Amino acid sequence: MKSYSDTLDIRVTDSSLRDGSHAKRHQFTVEDVRSVVAALDDAGVPVIEVTHGDGLGGSSFTYGFSKTPEQDLIKTAVETARQAKIAFLMLPGLGVKDDIRAAHGNGATVCRIATHCTEADISVQHFGLARDMGLETVGFLMMAHSTTPEALARQGRIMADAGCQCVYVVDSAGAMVMDDVTQRVQALVAELGEDAQVGFHGHENLALGTGNSIAAIQAGARQIDGSTRRLGAGAGNTAVEALVAVCAKMGIRTGIDVLKIIDAAEDVVRPVMDEECQLDRLALLMGHAGVYSSFLKHAFRQGERYGVSAAQILLRAGERRLVGGQEDQLIDIAVELAAQK
Amino acid sequence: MTRTTKATAAIVGSGNIGTDLLYKLQRSPLIEPRWMIGVDPDSEGLARARRAGIEASHEGVDWLLAQGETPDLVFEATSAGVHRANAPRYAERGIKAVDLTPAAVGPAVVPPANLTAHLDADNVNMITCGGQATIPMVYAVSRVVPVPYAEIVASVASVSAGPGTRANIDEFTRTTARGIERIGGAGRGKAIIILNPAEPPVIMRDTVFCSIPEDADRDAIAQSVKEVAEQVAGYVPGYRLRAEPQFDDPSVVNGGMARVAVFLEVEGAGDFLPPYAGNLDIMTAAATKVGEEFAKGMQA
Repeated sequence: MKSYSDTLDIRVTDSSLRDGSHAKRHQFTVEDVRSVVAALDDAGVPVIEVTHGDGLGGSSFTYGFSKTPEQDLIKTAVETARQAKIAFLMLPGLGVKDDIRAAHGNGATVCRIATHCTEADISVQHFGLARDMGLETVGFLMMAHSTTPEALARQGRIMADAGCQCVYVVDSAGAMVMDDVTQRVQALVAELGEDAQVGFHGHENLALGTGNSIAAIQAGARQIDGSTRRLGAGAGNTAVEALVAVCAKMGIRTGIDVLKIIDAAEDVVRPVMDEECQLDRLALLMGHAGVYSSFLKHAFRQGERYGVSAAQILLRAGERRLVGGQEDQLIDIAVELAAQK
Repeated sequence: MTRTTKATAAIVGSGNIGTDLLYKLQRSPLIEPRWMIGVDPDSEGLARARRAGIEASHEGVDWLLAQGETPDLVFEATSAGVHRANAPRYAERGIKAVDLTPAAVGPAVVPPANLTAHLDADNVNMITCGGQATIPMVYAVSRVVPVPYAEIVASVASVSAGPGTRANIDEFTRTTARGIERIGGAGRGKAIIILNPAEPPVIMRDTVFCSIPEDADRDAIAQSVKEVAEQVAGYVPGYRLRAEPQFDDPSVVNGGMARVAVFLEVEGAGDFLPPYAGNLDIMTAAATKVGEEFAKGMQA
């Protein structure tokens, strides 16, 4: 199987300043971004994603308002990075094309566009715009555990045909085990061939972030997401420092300095975090029930607000088969649970 | 009332929306649907219309305008481009147009909020399904207290979102946000749409958040919300509040604003489209309501 490039077997994207925004309840400051980007960049992380946790335009009642406008954070990241590319996320239906233009104007160069894993066709106009502007493109098929490998491959084809250069299997709920990852990555690699790469984005809700990422690499994925110190949603994302250490042992070239990223996790990223991202009861329940990882903090907050169990909110969210973006429905569920008490 | 006192109507567009609209217009005491126009000779919608005793043609608006008698009203359920081309031709013949496409040739209308202001218009636009569902609630709040910012989330079943919506999802969010501001009365509007593929398909859900003053009269807001919801339910029977309006004090995650949240469910009447497709039902039901108000004006 081909490497990512002549010098890298895989390319790692760090999402601690995007998926980690959930854990921070979107309260990142310019200083947070400056210090984290400087450390990751120095360790050799090739791509750093910076956006509100729910992507461009995510600052809202539904998902939580940002402390600092995300375009300011993107600009800071671009100014700070010496070698790393700065990426941003957008979800069609929430963000709009003007948001992509603004991020491009602020110097970001990798446009990552996310849809639920069965709804890829809502991203076509955005991929077209991103490619026209010369942005590198990545497509996110979220909640990929919830559909079959074959169906996922067909959705990946829609994105690739629209201009997506790498289609990610996104385990938003941290619900996949290794075979699930292998089958989905293989199906996408077989469908896309030379037309687009395949990537994997994992969470730690079943403590499988690194293992699943290795399974993805062995199945042909060439781009892998993680978050340094697991700073992410749910139990957190695949720990970049652990992934890099494992890859080093396996002879998989990431271009990231193992000791530097280990130090960055401890000395720079940890101090930015309010608390460690933990594999506790709620996070494990999300992986078990297949619930969108970003619901964690919202379920916790609504559970407190209405005096009901956050675990019950998450389980009911799973029963209702809510998809990413339906955070508003967690309030509806909490009100319903409170009325039933 | 005799048949001749009803306003006559043509439906242009013989797809799902046009067909569902036909069922609703056939029940109307004020409107008589007489013609249905498509462009595909094999259209199921046209065949169905003929079986229902409607004159149907696949030869487009040219055919309609060549008939001896022109309709009082035309309901356009085609695409924005087609309606832009047709709109001047209707206007020149004095046909009032109710536009269910995103063309926005005429003013946007949401029945409880601003319909009476546009009864003289020769062309009105129905905005979006999310707009028809949520703008009445923004209006209900903003008529009681200032609403500097309002935000809506529309969740619809994947199978009820057609290729036009999917290819133009930015237009949905932008158009709806503009309606929240201009018709809902919010200082700034934001719209979010979510497609959920769950099987069996989920009923349309909408959440409306409005920022309100900290010392707002919450009972008055709740009362206004209930009143307007009843008005909408008068023409969209499946429109209902899922819970009492929820009030929150300012907090960091709420951007320091006090807010009210309104949770809605829109179940379709199940005329042609299945009941989960409340997003489509509210468009055809609201268009029928608008047409009926026009028809009343014609009788007067």
